Amino acid sequence: MSEIPVIDQERCNGCGLCITVCSCKSLVLVGNGIAFIETGNCGWCTWCEAVCPTGAINCPFEIIIEER
Amino acid sequence: MAIQVELIKSIPYFSGLSPAELDSLKGRIFETTAERGEFIVLESEPAAALYFVISGVVKVFKTSADGREQILQIVRPGESFNDAPVFDGGLNPASAQAMGPVVLYRIKDSDMGVILRTHPQVALNVIHVLSQKLRHLVSLVEDLSFKHVTARLAKILLEYAGDGAGPAKPRLTQQEMAAMAGTAREMIGRSLKQLEDEKIIRLEHHRIVVTDKEALKKWAGVVE
Repeated sequence: MSEIPVIDQERCNGCGLCITVCSCKSLVLVGNGIAFIETGNCGWCTWCEAVCPTGAINCPFEIIIEER
Repeated sequence: MAIQVELIKSIPYFSGLSPAELDSLKGRIFETTAERGEFIVLESEPAAALYFVISGVVKVFKTSADGREQILQIVRPGESFNDAPVFDGGLNPASAQAMGPVVLYRIKDSDMGVILRTHPQVALNVIHVLSQKLRHLVSLVEDLSFKHVTARLAKILLEYAGDGAGPAKPRLTQQEMAAMAGTAREMIGRSLKQLEDEKIIRLEHHRIVVTDKEALKKWAGVVE
């Protein structure tokens, strides 16, 4: 399963707010939409998801139980 | 950079003003910038001005004595922050920090007074904006005071936790967890932090690892 934020290009309006808050420079504007690059840098801070005004970015968490 | 009428027009405080009125405001508005992490306003300091975000994002938050942070508002372009002290003359009620490079328009309290007296439409707009902010804060107070958000989150985590066997469980965003718990996204972040501080979960990149299932069950009120 993907381990990068999921971007819904149909919802993305290309405003670029996510780029301004991304401390690891993993997001770029390509044409009218946002694209994710350099996946190794993403720290999953989820700020891109938090600031997106259209809800186009999703940073889903897998929830697992650690066996003791 | 020169103050642009088109940008002033996009600010809800100034909606409904004629082009001539908007142009007359230019002399009372000043542009300022801040870099990522820079504090624009500090809690409990005397207020210097009211700010509007033109580009970028600003985080408005309170900090407790032990360093915990409660986000009150994520301020996006067109929106304002540090409104209250400009109108009541008090100290800054919260801190504001740039989350990336930001461009801001700034109005001094004395100038805002002049604008309100000369443009009654702005006074009506301000009431509308402050009412929306009041609703948001009342909702936050409700969440902080009455709702056991952490207990609800614990239930959600248990329900969606996979054990490695069986079919994979759906992944959840913080927004989805908030919707399920009937709360704001900010509250989910706070509750996750609380569970992490209590060593019940561990946040690992895109994973929430439940390290103490029994303690999580206690939080969720699960009795076996």
